[in-house]
Parts: sequence; structure tokens; C-alpha cells
Amino acid sequence: MAQRSIGIFRGTREEWRIREFLVEVDQGMVVLDVVHRIQATQAPDLACRWNCKAGKCGSCSAEINGHPRLMCMTRMSDYPEDHPITITPMRAFPVIKDLVTNVSRGYEINQRLPFFQPREPDFPDGSWRMYQYEVERAQEFRKCIECFLCQNVCHVLRTHDKHQEFIGPAFLVRAAVYEMHPLDTADRSAYLRQEGGIGYCNITKCCTEVCPESIHITDNAIIPLKERVADRYYDPLRMLWRFFAGGK
Amino acid sequence: MTDIQRRELDVIVIGAGGAGLRAAIEASAQGAKVGLICKSLLGKAHTVMAEGGAAAALANVRSEDNWRVHFRDTMRGGKMHNNWRMAQILAQEAPDRIIELESWGALFDRTEDGRINQRPFGGHTYARLAHVGDRTGLEMIRVLQDKGVHSGIEVFMECTVISIPTVGGGAAGALAYWRENGRFIFFSSKAVVLATGGIGKAWKITSNSWEYTGDGHALAYEAGAELIDMEFVQFHPTGMVWPPSVRGILVTEGVRGEGGVLRNSEGKRFMFDNVPDMFKGDYAESEAEADRWVTGDRVNNRRPPELLTRDVVARAILAEVQAGRGSPHGGAFLDISTKQSAEYIKKKLPSMYHQFKELAGVDITREAMEVGPTTHYVMGGVKVDAETQESTVPGLFAAGEVAGGMHGANRLGGNSLSDLLVFGRRAGAGAADFAKKNGAAPRVPDAEIEANIAEALAPFDREKGENPFEVQAALQEVMQNEAGIIREEATLKRALAGLEKLKQRAAKVGVTGNREYNPGWNTAIDLKSLLIVSEVVARSGLERTESRGAHSRLDHQASDPKQERMEIAIKKEGSEMQVVRRRQPDLPPDLKKIIEEGA
Repeated sequence: MAQRSIGIFRGTREEWRIREFLVEVDQGMVVLDVVHRIQATQAPDLACRWNCKAGKCGSCSAEINGHPRLMCMTRMSDYPEDHPITITPMRAFPVIKDLVTNVSRGYEINQRLPFFQPREPDFPDGSWRMYQYEVERAQEFRKCIECFLCQNVCHVLRTHDKHQEFIGPAFLVRAAVYEMHPLDTADRSAYLRQEGGIGYCNITKCCTEVCPESIHITDNAIIPLKERVADRYYDPLRMLWRFFAGGK
Repeated sequence: MTDIQRRELDVIVIGAGGAGLRAAIEASAQGAKVGLICKSLLGKAHTVMAEGGAAAALANVRSEDNWRVHFRDTMRGGKMHNNWRMAQILAQEAPDRIIELESWGALFDRTEDGRINQRPFGGHTYARLAHVGDRTGLEMIRVLQDKGVHSGIEVFMECTVISIPTVGGGAAGALAYWRENGRFIFFSSKAVVLATGGIGKAWKITSNSWEYTGDGHALAYEAGAELIDMEFVQFHPTGMVWPPSVRGILVTEGVRGEGGVLRNSEGKRFMFDNVPDMFKGDYAESEAEADRWVTGDRVNNRRPPELLTRDVVARAILAEVQAGRGSPHGGAFLDISTKQSAEYIKKKLPSMYHQFKELAGVDITREAMEVGPTTHYVMGGVKVDAETQESTVPGLFAAGEVAGGMHGANRLGGNSLSDLLVFGRRAGAGAADFAKKNGAAPRVPDAEIEANIAEALAPFDREKGENPFEVQAALQEVMQNEAGIIREEATLKRALAGLEKLKQRAAKVGVTGNREYNPGWNTAIDLKSLLIVSEVVARSGLERTESRGAHSRLDHQASDPKQERMEIAIKKEGSEMQVVRRRQPDLPPDLKKIIEEGA
């Protein structure tokens, strides 16, 4: 057990300060435990989101000393005792209060993303046959816990503020679930190219680095989707065909 | 009248886990205008934590399986206390609900021939759980979430319901507040579906998140509905025990389903000595037989005794610890490293591998885990009609964990995920139908809404009042010590006395700051539900003078045949809790035959 000093962002983007708290830290504690202890003993109105406390719901995303992390999966013992710890909200999102950010844009995007359209069932009972090797590709993307840490570090969003033009890595992963689903028949290339703004991604892989579920976001989701869009719109033969046929 | 927002809808669903989402999707499909209200963000509900799978007699892995075997397993696992009609509906409809989920995009793990794979689990005769590694719940919620938002359901996130007013005895909507700004919103609706999950936050050691404060149980109770079976609280045998900050976090039963064994400090597999008479002959009798089952010959060998029902395994671990044969931090050893390859473990149990590695510094592919019982699930809940899920209050429906009866005295692993789908759908249909048959929602008097708001805001007038977090911790301590796995008359009476004192303290809690995203205030409001459900659990536990399933009485250790299928119901009468005992209807002869003669 040791006393540690923890700095926490308090307030809103317009009016904020880093408030220092002295807290008893017990063996095995994670950063979220410390935030809870501060709530219970010193600052009951300190706002933070959390649910499962086991790395499965993706609610407690924040920046710890500037690094995007899930607070429930970050052990206090990862930081030397003489090392200060500062917790701030995810920078690429508007702040509601303290560590809680406004992530509502993501729900709007998800609603507009063209939904799953399965092929006709293989059997009269409404079932299909799919093999493990076929489903594994999309299963990787379903590991996404919607923590939005990838959105938080994507420079298109974080630095260039293209929130309206680019849906970001989390929703490219969501599109990839359905695009690579063995039963899906929908074509999302038009959506991804225009509204999705997939061209903005220039493959810096920052998203992949921070994913707590170790999803290969860039290599396995974004690049194949870019290839689909390129095939659909920029294949020279298809372009020629469109030119003569007068299509789009 | 205070400045409050108002919305009018046909059906509102409270809670956006599997049951709530499924109910909302169904009500919407039946043409109702649906609002889905949840305390957290959409997609974060407790369902994401469900690991093992959804039980459905698809017979993809074992062709001998069918609904009758599933029904029999469920009733026997529930110690014959289940609402038989609900158990029958679950067993019959679960396969269709799973295939339907696949048609909405679910990606279950596959068998060699391309069908949905199924895994063995405690109390199930055959491999029966459709699963996705050990993150089945996450898959289910994401599929339902995406299906839901593409079905025209309106979602109200981070919105907490504090009362369900009734007019002429029927549900008339819900009063809620937005966590973001603390403003109130009144939903006027023809029908209300409760899908709020459980009550696990009333105990100190729990696998449940902050949301599990029994809101739906308490809202239903306050609205005049009956709660049944509330003495039956499931303590999952395997929660993490070390380090202290992770105590209670769930370790999936899938570890045992994939071959994991339980040992005490002497290295003995103690479950072989803990097979109850009811299950004698159903489980392997030697380690060699259990090993042969794990390595693949499941037709000629019986399953390992680690796969007995949860109530049995939890009590056995507790007994080992009490006899001084526990692990260093007061649990038992759960070991899969000697039964499966590292590669297999990482593939089948990826989140368990990750969880132990990150939080406890334990590599489960090389060493044993330390595990012990953790509060997990409440079998009891709102008494509902098996066909429509309507409660004893007209227009008020309940589905999933908040509803009672389905699981009897002990739930089988895997049956809750199928419960969410099967009864979520039925509740949604029931509510939509009710809304169609009844005209506009009756008007709730403004004065009643005002009074509820004043009650919710009262803690702000007591800045120097009690700390709500301390009252909550004290309540968890009382329930852990006096109404835990093993209870007796004296402890349950102490629990009631302790809760009485806590009610006084809760009436004096104060909060600082303003209404915007204020966890202190939110906790103060949750106390009301926690106190109601805790008292209901203690009173029901006192009333059942026998041990059955998850309810273990030290002073009444045997099951009493006279209390078989005896239901304990609690209802609000004036300001008192009225306890009623009644006998459940008998099983019809055809179902009785399935139980007695095998399926």
C-alpha cells in the first residue's frame, strides 16, 4: 500500500484544470479502481464512464499520461511510484464533463452504415453453411468493443478534425464485419468512398497500435476496403466501360 | 410544473441488453412506435460480459439432442422449481432464435461441416451452447444493436428511469432523467417492458457492473407487481479472487467446458466426491474417464464432475476453503493448462487468457487460476405470464434476468442468453399487442410526477448528508455477510435489521455539485432500488425453510418435499412487504413423463 498523487482533468474544454488527489493504492489496483476510490472518498461528482471493469465493454477509455488506454486494464504498478500519473479525457472528442466525452457521432454513423444483407438461406429451415475459415476473417472485427481509442488517435480526426468527412477506423472496422461476412450481398463501396471518406486514411496505423483487442485494423480491415473501393471506381477497364456506357 | 421533456410512444423498453434489444426489435416489427431507454451507452449492457454461449438444442454436435432433453436438463438443474411452461418454451424456441440471429449477421463458431458449433456446459446432457470463443455475449449484443438501430427504434442513452406511474392499476409510462444534464423526461406509453437485468450490486463480491442495482425489480415492486423466487441468487463458482481489486470478475464456465479441472491445495479433484444423488451415474467416476471425455470420446464416457450445476460447484469450493484446503487467497485451483495445448486455450478462451495475463499476471496456458464463488445472477424476479411476459400489473412486461420463474432454483449456464432472445421476443410481441388493443396511455397526474422529481432531487438539499458511496458499501457488506451463499434464520434476521438501519441512513444521504453527470447523485438514487431488492431477498430467504438449488440454509440443510414447487411471492401492500406462499401448478403428464423417464 502506498500513497500516490494522481492528477485528473476536471471540467469542460472551455473551463478545466488538472486537480491533484492523494490516494491510497493497494496491491493489484488498476487506474479505474483509483478513480473509484477518489469518487467514493474525495470527489463524489467526478464523472467517468465504466461498466464491466474487465476490458469487455470499452466504456472507460481515457488518456493516461497522454497514452490512450482502458482505465480498467491499466495496472497502477505499470507506473513507477515516483512517477506522476495524469488522467485526461480522450482528446479527439468533445468533453461532457471531466473524463466523460461525447461519442454520439459514432452512433449516427452506425445508423447510416448500410446494414447486413444475407444471401438466400441454403436450406428450407432458414439456415446456412459457413466454414470456420470463412467466418474467422469477420470474427476478428467483431472483437471490437467500441472503446473508440482508435478514433481518438486517428490524426485525420484528432489533428485535422475531419469528423464530418471521415467515419474513422472504428466504423471502417464495422463496415468490414459485413463486407467480409460470408453471407453478405450488399455493396458498401459507394458509401465508403463518399460519406465514409475512406480516402482520407493514409495508413499510418496509429489505430492498430492502440487497439486493446489487437485487431489488425489497418492491414485486415482498412486496406482491403480501400482495395474494394479502388476496384469499383478506379479500375481502368471499368472506368472505360463506365465512360462508354454512361454509368457512374 | 418543473421544466420536463415529454415523449409519447406506444411501447417503451427499459434496458438495452439482449432482452431489451430483442423486445424492442419485436415490438417495432409488430408496428409499434418504440423507445429503448438505457442507463449506459448503447452496446455496453451487461450482456457483453456473457462468455460461454447460448443453449439451444440445435443437435449440430450431438444428433441425440432435442427440446425434451434440454427441457429435462433445465428443470432438473432448477431443482424442479421452474415455471414449467417457460422452461418448455425456452427449450422449444431457442434453436429458431439462434438461427434468426445468424440471419441478422451473427458469426458463431462452426462445426467441421459448416454448421453452428456447440460446446458442453454445466448441467447440459449434450454439447449445446452456440458460441463465439468466450465472447458470445458481445457478438449477440452487437448483432442486436445493429439490427435494432436499423429497425427504426428510438434509443435514449444514459437515461435512468426512476418510476413507473400507474393509473387505475395499469402501467402508464416512465419518469427518467438524463445522466448528462440531470434533466427529467416523462415517457407516456401504452405498454412498458422491463429488461433491466439483475441485482448483483447488492453484494460485495460480484461479477456484475454498477448498473445491476435491481432497478427493474424495484420499479415493478413499487408499481404493485409481484416478485417471486427472490431467495434464489446464483453464486457463480468461478470468479477471480486475486488481486483484491479484481475479486469477483467472472471466469467463464467455458474453462471447465473445455476440460479445465478443479483441485484443492492437496492437488485433489474434489468434485468427484460432490456428486448429488439426483445426478449419480450422469458424471464420470474416475479421472481417466473424464480425461477420455475431454479428448473426444463423448459417447462412451461421461462428462467430468466439474460440469455439475453451478450451485453444487460453488458450495463444494466453499466447503474446501472452510476445511482449510483452499488456495493461498481463499479459493480453489482451476487448471486447464494440463488438459489443452496453449494454442487451443488461446483460441477457445482468448479473453480469459487476456484477463488473467493483464490483471493477475497469470498465464493460464502454463499455470492454474485461483477461483472462488461470486454473485452472478438472480433467478427470481417479476412474476410473468409465460406466453406474453406480462406481469401482474396490466401493461407492464418483463423479460430476461428481471423476470422470474424460468430458471427455478438454479439457472444452467447458457440458458440466460437463450432466455434473452426467446422471452425478449415474446415480451416485445406481448407489449405491442397490448398497445394495439388499448387506446392512448392514461394521463398521469402532474402532482405525482412532481413528487417523484422532488424525491430524486432531495439529496441536493443535504450537502452535509451521508456519503452515498459509504451507504452502498455498507449495504454490500450486510448482504455479503448475512445473505450470501450459506444463510440461516439468524443471519437473514440480522440482514433485515441491518437494512432497516441503512434505510434511515439512505434517507439522509447528501450530494455535492450539480446534476450534470454526477456519480454521487446517481449512486444516491440507485440506493432506493438496492434497498428494496435486498430486503425482498432476505424476506424470501427467511420464508423458505429448506435448502434448494442456490438457496442454502445452514439451519435447514435438506430439501423439503413439502416445499417442492412452493412459490414465495412478495408484493407491496400499503408501505409493507406482503409475503405469500403458494403452490405452483403441476406439470402436465406428458412433461412429467419426460422428467421421470428421460427424454
